[in-house]
Amino acid sequence: MEDGNHLLFIVAAYGAAGGVVAALIAWVMLDYRTQSAKLAQFESKGIVRGIAGQAAAIREASKDA
Amino acid sequence: MAIVDLANPSRFLKIANSVIPWLGGLTVFAFAFGISQAILAPDDYQQGATVKIMFLHVPGAWLGMLAWGIMSISALGTLVWRHPLADVTAKAAAPIGAAFTFMCLVTGSLWGRPMWGTYWVWDARLTSVLVLFLLYLGVIAVWRTVEEPSRAARAVAILTLVGAVDLPIIKFSVDWWNTLHQGASVFRRGAPTIDPSILVPLLIMTGAFTLLFITLLLAAMRNEILRRRVRTLRLMQASVAG
Repeated sequence: MEDGNHLLFIVAAYGAAGGVVAALIAWVMLDYRTQSAKLAQFESKGIVRGIAGQAAAIREASKDA
Repeated sequence: MAIVDLANPSRFLKIANSVIPWLGGLTVFAFAFGISQAILAPDDYQQGATVKIMFLHVPGAWLGMLAWGIMSISALGTLVWRHPLADVTAKAAAPIGAAFTFMCLVTGSLWGRPMWGTYWVWDARLTSVLVLFLLYLGVIAVWRTVEEPSRAARAVAILTLVGAVDLPIIKFSVDWWNTLHQGASVFRRGAPTIDPSILVPLLIMTGAFTLLFITLLLAAMRNEILRRRVRTLRLMQASVAG
């Protein structure tokens, strides 16, 4: 097979690998943004982890009631 | 700091937050150097320019197997030691390992067409790597199906340890069976059979991909810890509201 045809396979391989790497990076970054935003949403409502957080959440709920 | 200190997810997050940007920068630098070396590498006397596909295919194969190896150690961590980060590691590694295995299969096919005259052949090496990819999909499916993370972790751990049998099959398939795929040329007894002008860029690219893998794994583990915190808070909110 001629070199010109080989070039197509090489470009396709690098394109596919670039696509896989880009997809992985995008997945990790978007997921981080999503989870951070969800945590911030809970924090803004005063819901935080740990015993102190649970006590605060219960106090908040009893105030509402 | 002892390695066991990393078992604390909060401490892990603190370390990951400071390490990930540096690892990311190092990865970019390693890829810039690796790709420049790959471009400058001479054509192979048999493969011609298609040898440049090997700079992607070999790292893909290595990382596909490494990820399953990490998942297998994590599976032991889940089943035997109940290590807090073990199933976080296993869950984070699965999609990354699947992606690199996919990259290995696709780049291998694109190399096979001009060199072998076919994109695919059911020989032992190719088939066992395809099995690894399907195992990854199975593990990801279990993670997504079972909602309770600790229950999912145990099921995945068993599947992972069973699937680990595929790793030596992949490695030694070219020795045990008569395959179209070439035998080991880098990781073998004695010196590698590849000329240094091609071996050096190959090793640099493998190093760059490995750095990328470590960066992505740490970032995905961080995401998984955050996801579990969100889940805990959601349950807490539901129990307080109820």
